[in-house]
Amino acid sequence: MSIRGEAMIAGAFEHPLRRIPDISIPRLHAEVAAGALADAGLTFADVDAYFCAGDAPGFGPLSMADYMGLTNLRYVDSTDIGGSSYVAHIGHAAAAIAAGKCEVALVTLGGLPLQGPPFSAVNNPDNPEYAFENVFGTTTPAMYALAAQRHMHEYGTTAQQLAEVKVAASLHAQHNPNALLQKPVTVEDVLNSPYIADPLHRLDCCVITDGGGAVVVVSPAVAKRLERQSVTVLGHGEAPKTAAGGRIDLTHTGAVWSGPKAFAEAGVTHADIDYASIYDSFTITVIESIEDLGFCEKGQGGAFVASGALRAPDGGLPFNTDGGGLCNNHPVNRGGMTKVLEAVRQLRGEAHAAVQVPDCDIALAHGTGGSLGTRMGSATLILGREA
Amino acid sequence: MREKANTAAGGAVTADAAAGAAASASDVTGRARIGSDLPTPAPSQNVETAGFWKATTEGRLLFTRCDACAQPTWYPREFCPHCGTLDVTWEEAAGTGTVHSFTIVRRGALGPYAGGPPYVLAYVELDEGVRLMTNIVEVDEADLRIGLPVRVVFHDTGDGSALPRFQPAA
Repeated sequence: MSIRGEAMIAGAFEHPLRRIPDISIPRLHAEVAAGALADAGLTFADVDAYFCAGDAPGFGPLSMADYMGLTNLRYVDSTDIGGSSYVAHIGHAAAAIAAGKCEVALVTLGGLPLQGPPFSAVNNPDNPEYAFENVFGTTTPAMYALAAQRHMHEYGTTAQQLAEVKVAASLHAQHNPNALLQKPVTVEDVLNSPYIADPLHRLDCCVITDGGGAVVVVSPAVAKRLERQSVTVLGHGEAPKTAAGGRIDLTHTGAVWSGPKAFAEAGVTHADIDYASIYDSFTITVIESIEDLGFCEKGQGGAFVASGALRAPDGGLPFNTDGGGLCNNHPVNRGGMTKVLEAVRQLRGEAHAAVQVPDCDIALAHGTGGSLGTRMGSATLILGREA
Repeated sequence: MREKANTAAGGAVTADAAAGAAASASDVTGRARIGSDLPTPAPSQNVETAGFWKATTEGRLLFTRCDACAQPTWYPREFCPHCGTLDVTWEEAAGTGTVHSFTIVRRGALGPYAGGPPYVLAYVELDEGVRLMTNIVEVDEADLRIGLPVRVVFHDTGDGSALPRFQPAA
């Protein structure tokens, strides 16, 4: 069974704010859910499947279903693979719809890290790895810095090449009035920003924002009844990658497995991808991901981005035209939802005119969760413009 | 738990533990050193890992090796993630290896590390083949590099365990 063409994204919504001091997290989930349902032309009563991850407060989907009054649920999924969760959720929703389990699936993300420490699955002393890793002072930027250092060592990737990822994102963010950081930056700006964890500078790191988003995935039959332009789910792949019992490999991500699955299911090639949302928690995340997804040779990601390939609308692989996690939004430290949302905008022709890819027919959205190279989630989605 | 002694290296590692503790307090080289005064948070223990942590207080670094496929595993566990076998044997590592990757954590440190000086977080590849998370201590920043030979030192947590950290071997 394939999910190709068996499900559509009918509604999408990104909370416009980046700092939200006067809202509760459940209410935030409800607001973005209402936004996505309104975008689709549906209501809460239409929802028969609900997907959320660790940012949703309470007892998996039960608490939020209860809060939002989702009384018609026949399918739920609380897969949590960090920031890649929401990319995977859409694949799961499409499979459930294709199997006839449900027809209208709601996926929500929301959180308020600027108002207080968010839920963290990583910093839990009960995790089996905690006593052997966290006690040494791990931080998320440091885990990605370890991968960056090793990538530089193995492939000669430079700090300037990493910086170009941020530069491209900032050029896109200047057109997004909701982006947290709207000012274009230069390679020198990145290199002159202070180190957070060598070799990653502050501007190699994504923003921290309150916020959230939601999507509604529906069956083709439901989509046909709706006025709003939908986006077709063509393919999905996901692949957690482990620390391999100590055979740690920092320079490859789970995208080496999730990417081929998604491309095969969608029946498209790299040349068919008009736009790509690439998870950008850090600049190194983008470089490793585009290599592992096969957009360039392994180890050539630095040179690839330095050529300007990521810059919309004319680069070979225009990426993150909303400004991405590096400049626009990385709600509750989980960027998978916003990756999907910008891909939907591109396929609907609703990205900002300055960065809208002409005739955008096929888009890819890729999510990364947890660490990089080790104990990580990867999820890849390929979406198409409604025929 | 079953443990196989590594008599060749056990004594040396124990000696390093004492040397490392002394060096933390009394380095006087005057060069830009990192990792001379790190916090020593006590790890959580359970029935599976208690023997490992007890060994650290004796200056011994243990890992597990599969009885079936003979592959070493880190972090140590009473299960082989390489082949799915439930039977493993605890072995003692020589305590030497090389830096596989490193970073200097300058901002955003958490918990007991918050507010402290920058420190080195690293993966060290042990001579036995596994790569483990640790700190590089008593190191000049200019000397830090991938491939740097290092040896284990143990920093007592005061709570029935010692953290295996590494310092330049030379």
